[in-house]
Amino acid sequence: MSDTSWLTEFPDMSRRDLLAIRQTLDGAYRSFSRAYGESIENFFNPLLHFLIWFENLLIQTPWWIVLSIIIGLVYAATRSWKLCAGVLVSFLAIGYFGMWEDTMRTLSIITVCTILSICIGIPIGILMARSDRAKSIITPLLDIMQTMPAFVYLIPVVMLLGIGRIPGVIAVVIYAIPPVIRLTNLGIRLVNRETLEAATAYGATPTQRLFGVQIPLAMPTIMAGINQTIMMALAMVVVASMIGVKGLGQPVLKSITNQYFTLGLLNGLAIVALAIIFDRVSQSYAKRAQKHLEGTENG
Amino acid sequence: MDNPRETLIEIEGLYQIFGPKAEEVLPKVKAGASKEDILAETSHTIGLQDINLSVKRGEIFVIMGLSGSGKSTLIRHFNRLIDPTAGKIKVDGENIMALSPKDLITFRRHKMAMVFQHFGLMPHRCVLDNVGYGLLIKGEKRAEWKPKAVSWLETVGLAGYEDQFPSQLSGGQQQRVGLARALCTDAEILLMDEAFSALDPLIRSEMQEQLMELQENLQKTIIFITHDLDEALRLGDRIAVLKDGKLVQVGSPVDIVLNPADDYVKAFAKDVNRARALTVHTVMTTDTDKVEGLTANDVKDQFPMDKDYAFVFHDGNYQGVLTKRQFCQLKDDDLLEPVLTYVEPVRQTNLLQKVIPMCLNTQFDLPVINKKGELKGRLESSKLAKVLSPNFSTLCYTLAHKKWPQISGHFLTHIFSIMPLF
Repeated sequence: MSDTSWLTEFPDMSRRDLLAIRQTLDGAYRSFSRAYGESIENFFNPLLHFLIWFENLLIQTPWWIVLSIIIGLVYAATRSWKLCAGVLVSFLAIGYFGMWEDTMRTLSIITVCTILSICIGIPIGILMARSDRAKSIITPLLDIMQTMPAFVYLIPVVMLLGIGRIPGVIAVVIYAIPPVIRLTNLGIRLVNRETLEAATAYGATPTQRLFGVQIPLAMPTIMAGINQTIMMALAMVVVASMIGVKGLGQPVLKSITNQYFTLGLLNGLAIVALAIIFDRVSQSYAKRAQKHLEGTENG
Repeated sequence: MDNPRETLIEIEGLYQIFGPKAEEVLPKVKAGASKEDILAETSHTIGLQDINLSVKRGEIFVIMGLSGSGKSTLIRHFNRLIDPTAGKIKVDGENIMALSPKDLITFRRHKMAMVFQHFGLMPHRCVLDNVGYGLLIKGEKRAEWKPKAVSWLETVGLAGYEDQFPSQLSGGQQQRVGLARALCTDAEILLMDEAFSALDPLIRSEMQEQLMELQENLQKTIIFITHDLDEALRLGDRIAVLKDGKLVQVGSPVDIVLNPADDYVKAFAKDVNRARALTVHTVMTTDTDKVEGLTANDVKDQFPMDKDYAFVFHDGNYQGVLTKRQFCQLKDDDLLEPVLTYVEPVRQTNLLQKVIPMCLNTQFDLPVINKKGELKGRLESSKLAKVLSPNFSTLCYTLAHKKWPQISGHFLTHIFSIMPLF
């Protein structure tokens, strides 16, 4: 009689085969990182230097100068004294509870990650909007990036680059970039067909169409994407701290392992405060930039 | 307008088939397979088939059809917003299908301007920047095109709206901006894709009037798309009727109304209020014979002796009608003025409705003059009557050619009582 165990148990591959596969892949990756790790690290060096420089700038400048610059930026972007007052109070509280330095570190890495995400994400979004094939390739990648647990892609990054700021930035960017890509694509695809046709009919070149019509009209949607990206970057702060990114995430991590409830809560609240500030400021800036949309669609 | 005009745009054997393998389906369509069969067999949609037409320089060419007839698709071939599956498009003798992408952009910038159904304005640019858009993308400096854009805005009646955004304007105003944008480029050809269809009736007829007034001065070549026969008849020098992607009939407005090519056009033409849809332009006889002068001596050599009367002009201004009998009785130095009969002149753009009373009021043809007062032709009452309704033509003819006092009051009442029918 033949073996019928496959009916009751899944006919999986033998443990030995699986082990062999794992060992081969791990080995291949290890030798890859040994061979190219250094050159890849060198490639990221300028970014690392910039990160350190920016972080030091925020920390070493006297707190009241940094604070007044932040308030100035907030006012320039929103023209709202109410929001400025809110920002001032939050930062004063953060400083008073002794989290100023960590907050500056987090602020610097979030700023860099956001700028990177925008610089990489918007062109990819434009590419996706222009070609359906690119869209069909990129969409599943974005799905993977958003659903794959962050720890999984932290492993190869850490293997390649070790622990530190750069792997942290890479992890945060991978996690935070999908919204800006998706919404850039969506925004451009939603641009009124007739408006675009009008530009074409009057002899606009593809570049003039992109920068004169598509991007400006997609801007509200793109801004929503950028906003989401910032929020997601902030959400990654704690995870990134596991691979040595300093900032508000580390005390949170420390309080998880040592059960310091108050420390965790305070640092968590600081992250929330940063998130709310980023959100409100970017949203009211976007609203102000889209003034022509007010009182739309009459007649 | 007076002499036969040269052809500006020519379309030959144009086919548009929508679907991934249009080229392979084309032979079947050419062999005469029906739209439904093609859709069922190959799941390709036929947009246009075997379109042949020519548009003359300076005319308003209306393409009319119901939704789904392919009219908006067709107009997008003129500037290649859509490329045809097969066929030739020539503009000014140049085959635009052969243009490189770069030449195509140059062609669009200089030859054609387009007005869209839903305006197609840029919501993030102010009205002035919208009007100057065609010049802006050519690379002209703002300071160079600004005066021009301002003056076109003024022409369409939107002076003072320069800094508004399109969303702050009403639909009619937005379409005026669209029109100003098209005119600002100085393109010879104007493509108007259901330009007035999204506007309410009052604004629409206002815009139609404005377009015709502008056209009198500009003499552009206008391709006008509409689903409204009234509009087509009112604006068009010639009308092409499109059905299911095929041209059913191409002809003058009078042709369409009086000699519909098939039942489809007939059904369209049946419900038309001719007096309100047709303008004097469509019915008038082009004839610029006139006499110019102040005295009998001046007009002696000009008077057309084969006719019973002539229109008298002096200094370019219309004076009145001089009959042959009166002319023969005049001595050399007699002034013409005392013997002239003043027959009210009409404009080409007047609707027939407006001129019917004037026509009934005189035994003469009505002189048709343009804005500048130049004679463009004459409106014969017999022709007017024929166009309005074949059934009443004899009646009206008699009426118009008898002397006014001879018509009995009863007869008049009868005529006016049927007037609303027109």
